[in-house]
Amino acid sequence: MSGLKVIKKALLTSLWFVFLTFPIMVIKVDPVERIIRWRWQNSLYVALGTFCVYLLAQFILQRKIKKLESQTEQDSLPKESVIHRILANPKQRNLLIVALSAVILAFPLFSSSYQTNVMITALMYVVLGLGLNIVVGMAGLLDLGYVAFYAVGAYSYALLNHHFQLGFWAVLPIGGGLAALFGILLGFPVLRLRGDYLAIVTLGFGEIIRLILENWSEFSKGPSGISNISRPGLFGIELSLDSAIIYLYYLMILFVIVTIFIVNRLQDSRLGRAWIALREDEIACQAMGIDKRKTKLVAFSLGAFWAGIIGVVFAAKTTFVNPASFTFLESAIILSIVVLGGMGSIVGVIFGAMILILLPEYLRALSEYRMLAFGAILVAMMVFRPQGLISNIRRTYRFEKTHSLNVK
Amino acid sequence: MDYFIELFFSGITRGAIYALIALGYTMVYGIIGLINFAHGEIYMIGAFTSFIVATVLSIYGFPLLAIVLLSGVAAVIWSSAYGYTVEKIAYKPLRHAPRLSPLISAIGMSIFLQNYVLLAQTSDFLPFPELIPDFPFMEPVAHIVGSSDLIILITTAIIMLILTFIIKFTRVGKAMRATAQDRTMAMLVGINVNQIISVTFIIGSALAAIGGLLIASHIGQINFYIGFLAGIKAFTAAVLGGIGSIPGAVLGSLVLGLTESFATGYVSSDYEDVFAFSLLVLILIFKPSGLLGKAETKKV
Amino acid sequence: MNSPILKISGLTMDFGGIRALNRLELDVNAGEIVALIGPNGAGKTTFFNCLTGIYKPTAGEIMLTPPGSSKSISLKGLKPNHVTEKGLARTFQNIRLFSQMTVLENVMIGRHCRTKAFILGAIFRNAATRKEEKQIVESSAAILEKVGLADQANEFAKNLSYGAQRRLEIARALATEPFLLLLDEPAAGMNPQETHELDRLIREISKDGQSILLIEHDMKLVMSLSDRIFVMDYGKKIAQGKPSEIRANPAVIKAYLGEDVDA
Ligand SMILES: Nc1ncnc2c1ncn2[C@@H]1O[C@H](COP(=O)(O)OP(=O)(O)OP(=O)(O)O)[C@@H](O)[C@H]1O
Ligand SMILES: [Mg+2]
Repeated sequence: MSGLKVIKKALLTSLWFVFLTFPIMVIKVDPVERIIRWRWQNSLYVALGTFCVYLLAQFILQRKIKKLESQTEQDSLPKESVIHRILANPKQRNLLIVALSAVILAFPLFSSSYQTNVMITALMYVVLGLGLNIVVGMAGLLDLGYVAFYAVGAYSYALLNHHFQLGFWAVLPIGGGLAALFGILLGFPVLRLRGDYLAIVTLGFGEIIRLILENWSEFSKGPSGISNISRPGLFGIELSLDSAIIYLYYLMILFVIVTIFIVNRLQDSRLGRAWIALREDEIACQAMGIDKRKTKLVAFSLGAFWAGIIGVVFAAKTTFVNPASFTFLESAIILSIVVLGGMGSIVGVIFGAMILILLPEYLRALSEYRMLAFGAILVAMMVFRPQGLISNIRRTYRFEKTHSLNVK
Repeated sequence: MDYFIELFFSGITRGAIYALIALGYTMVYGIIGLINFAHGEIYMIGAFTSFIVATVLSIYGFPLLAIVLLSGVAAVIWSSAYGYTVEKIAYKPLRHAPRLSPLISAIGMSIFLQNYVLLAQTSDFLPFPELIPDFPFMEPVAHIVGSSDLIILITTAIIMLILTFIIKFTRVGKAMRATAQDRTMAMLVGINVNQIISVTFIIGSALAAIGGLLIASHIGQINFYIGFLAGIKAFTAAVLGGIGSIPGAVLGSLVLGLTESFATGYVSSDYEDVFAFSLLVLILIFKPSGLLGKAETKKV
Repeated sequence: MNSPILKISGLTMDFGGIRALNRLELDVNAGEIVALIGPNGAGKTTFFNCLTGIYKPTAGEIMLTPPGSSKSISLKGLKPNHVTEKGLARTFQNIRLFSQMTVLENVMIGRHCRTKAFILGAIFRNAATRKEEKQIVESSAAILEKVGLADQANEFAKNLSYGAQRRLEIARALATEPFLLLLDEPAAGMNPQETHELDRLIREISKDGQSILLIEHDMKLVMSLSDRIFVMDYGKKIAQGKPSEIRANPAVIKAYLGEDVDA
């Protein structure tokens, strides 16, 4: 497209959006006081914003088309991202790991408890993202009710701690296990559904759990929630608030490392390959002898397990749970992390969580627009970069050519 | 007995409104096989637009009839415009993407629109002006059936008739049915499929806008979040009836409306929304093809 | 050697009003290459889908007798993965590879039903898992060499040429260790050179002892490879016999072959 034509289309699009946003952006009424405020300046912002975004989108699309055209037949494995290239080089990788570990380990020492707390939250989302990544990214099951399993974990700890004074470490496996069990119970009937129906059923399930927690007061204390939950103990020692936060921080670091380790191994296993094959083509997968139901169920309940674990951590961190923490939006945030990072990519999910959780925290001006941005990210990623920021790379295997080998 | 009849009418009224929204889901699904997750938001935007326009007009002292008509027209115009734009931005580029991509994009759109209205307007509940007066002739039965129930039922019935006419007898309607049956074939016989998809979104959005106006004046308040629940319920209704089937959407909506009304009336109102969600989960598990849908073997 | 390993009787499949298979009878003996031919829409692919559990047939029986065993088992109502476990593997007419996975990984997926490692094995990578994993890679690589794709083992499956993709489909099916291999139009879209290589490959597989049931439109290939041919039209079997008999069968010529047969 010629430059002039693009500008003309950009202008028309801007006009369209000025019209589109007119009632909601410009007029603000107060029905009680009977006052109308006309915010004409908003039209100007919309026009300018649309103009720029349109040009940017055109630019990205043009580049995408050019790239497709210039791609030759011989395009083998996709270009690795900088991160993967660094990770592939042992020297650079070790350097990176040492530097990162130093920063991570020292973080609470030079940060306020508030900042450490924010970092704990980010780390929790890293683990949640990695857990959901098993379900959505690897196995291709769009789970919109992931937050339900998170709630199961959080309430397990809250209730068991409240009624039986069970400690954090005792409940951690119970919370994870219960969530996994819920995953199996739900997964059993619903996993044979088509992808989009599965998404909606899991969404419905998530809402049912939340509504039950809200309304069944005898069980969950309803909307007011459960408070005074114990923080994690360290060999029976009571910690002060500040040291408890630091303790939790290192705990989360440990969880993240363990999760990365496990997810990485799963991905490179017989099971992980089956998940990815399932995501690619269910029918071919079954015809290759893979038990679809069982394989999906394992992915679903493993994902739920991690949500349950982090649910316990959440209850221990905030010492208070109520149903308002487990809305659909929470599931949507975790999904955004996975989608932004790159479905199926471990490094991507870590980056996704860091960007989406830390950025709005540190750019306070942005935090109001947080959910707006999450929505926009989901759309933009699907349209412009479905593989995410850091796309996953496939492992390459080396083997000896023997020529004499025969089948079996 | 009065209580039963009251619940019955309130169920039918609910069902009628769900039907207006459910039709949008079912038509879009029929044509591009997408669960248009942002459809509930289109309905919410319809309610907001009519709220804004009606309040402005009433402040300027317009007569009631003019307020009703103008706010209705405004809701239809802007909802359709939003529906059209959402399709162009979030779904059209993904026509050939894997099945879950447009669904994720739709979820993103839904969250975006919710927060857009939240930021541009308010998070509070807003009192919706009373657009439907109490008719004197309804006086004797007013404790069972309100005037607004009557208006909702009549409006919905008229709209259904018009929609049926459009789909059955007009060129656009025929092209829509052809596209729903086989998109490639429709393209080959010269139907402008992109245009038909746009028209489908516009019609679906217009219906949702009318639903938004009606329910807002019926309940008397709105906020940015009403689209989520209404959307899920209307989707439940569409699936219950058999997604893709237009009579199915209407039937499913009435069944859902009645179920909710009786369940909250006779069982417990605490779990009002749980009934709808449970119904959704149960249908999808046990009869995903719905009441009027056909089970199909996917061709391999 | 001449006991049937697969015996189909009265197999019927309805889709709404369409009867895609109409009381089909067919059998395959151990070590045979049997071809199934018929005009477009005759129901050949539908037959494979019923056989492998992807469709649920309306009526009829599918009996499988593994070689060396005297017991017959019914495949009817089994799920696709169980059918594969029993020793039947197939390729797809409209290639269905896992396009985001590498060529080698595609074959490794085929090894899934013959291996065991699960969650704990994956996480802890104990000796048994490591050994199994090594065997999966080695045997998959060996199969790739056999079909001539070893050099592209680490390419994405979607980047292979059309003919190579068809061969990869065969490799993937072979990895499940079938004794009966079902090939749905393996030569479709291949040039003569590729078809010739395919001919050799199928013979080689047959020599290894596998029985083969082949759907194919390329008559030259069918006539040169098959021990017996079944012909179907409108879901029904209209003829069966040796290639020479089919060539001369007037009903077949009328329904389908026309002049093609002399080509
Ligand atoms: N899932 C399905 N639903 C409805 N009809 C189907 C389905 N699968 C196959 N059919 C119909 O069954 C008939 C047989 O189709 P099939 O694909 O088995 O033919 P074929 O012999 O493999 O043809 P070709 O040589 O073109 O591959 C066709 O009329 C087809 O439309
Ligand atoms: Mg076929």
